[in-house]
Amino acid sequence: MTIGLEHYLVVSLLLFSLGLLGVVARRNLLVIYMSLELMLNAANLALVAFSRFNGHLDGQVMVFFIITVAAAEVALGLALIVALYRKHRSAHVEDLATLKL
Amino acid sequence: METFLFYIFAALTLLCGLLVVANPLSRNPVNSAMFLVLTIASLAGLFVLLHAFFLAAVQLLVYAGAVMVLFLFVIMLLDLKEEERRKIKWLGLAAGLVSVAAIVLIGARSIYASQPTGVASAPGVEGGTVPLGKLLFTAYLLPFEIVSVLLLVAMVGVVLLSKKELK
Repeated sequence: MTIGLEHYLVVSLLLFSLGLLGVVARRNLLVIYMSLELMLNAANLALVAFSRFNGHLDGQVMVFFIITVAAAEVALGLALIVALYRKHRSAHVEDLATLKL
Repeated sequence: METFLFYIFAALTLLCGLLVVANPLSRNPVNSAMFLVLTIASLAGLFVLLHAFFLAAVQLLVYAGAVMVLFLFVIMLLDLKEEERRKIKWLGLAAGLVSVAAIVLIGARSIYASQPTGVASAPGVEGGTVPLGKLLFTAYLLPFEIVSVLLLVAMVGVVLLSKKELK
């Protein structure tokens, strides 16, 4: 049987749910951040699959922008995590319960 | 052959993704980061199967190269030895599993209900460098320039945040 759009969508859905599970269940700030990357990658896979099976390249351009913005977001987020760690000496979400830095 | 490769890459992606989130042997963030690199590499394989060659290269260079090096630097900068000693809260884990399962159910039902009709070789879009570059510098020129400004802003922000004293 040939691989259709739905196969890629199922993989994307499962990868997204794994990322969501990581965000919900894990309590290490860095692992939560990696799970966010998993969710972004799942969305990328769905967009590329749509682009392939609908005959437009626009989905791939969108993925290009997502990758760029994700790189910027990772740099900023990790800088924030390092700044938080300097203040609280912990990267565990339960130790970071206050809004003030 | 393509079917075979799809199943290999899909299984590799999901397995490594699972090991990022829940590794039964170790809860060290370094292991999670390494499995995230593997997940991203096998996703690049899936992109090649979808004929998105340029994006597969960008995925490997930007994600597996730059982003994961940044992650590893930060993990090793923060000394996270004490993380492994914390106990798992089973009630919270169960609640999270139930909510994620509900979302998976909704997604699966929507995929099943929409019945996508794509055939594997129907339109034949090639995501090489030339067509993507042409599109990027004509129809998407303004977003492209805005993204460059965004990268500059992010860089300034990171430099400001990384200073010793936040003012």
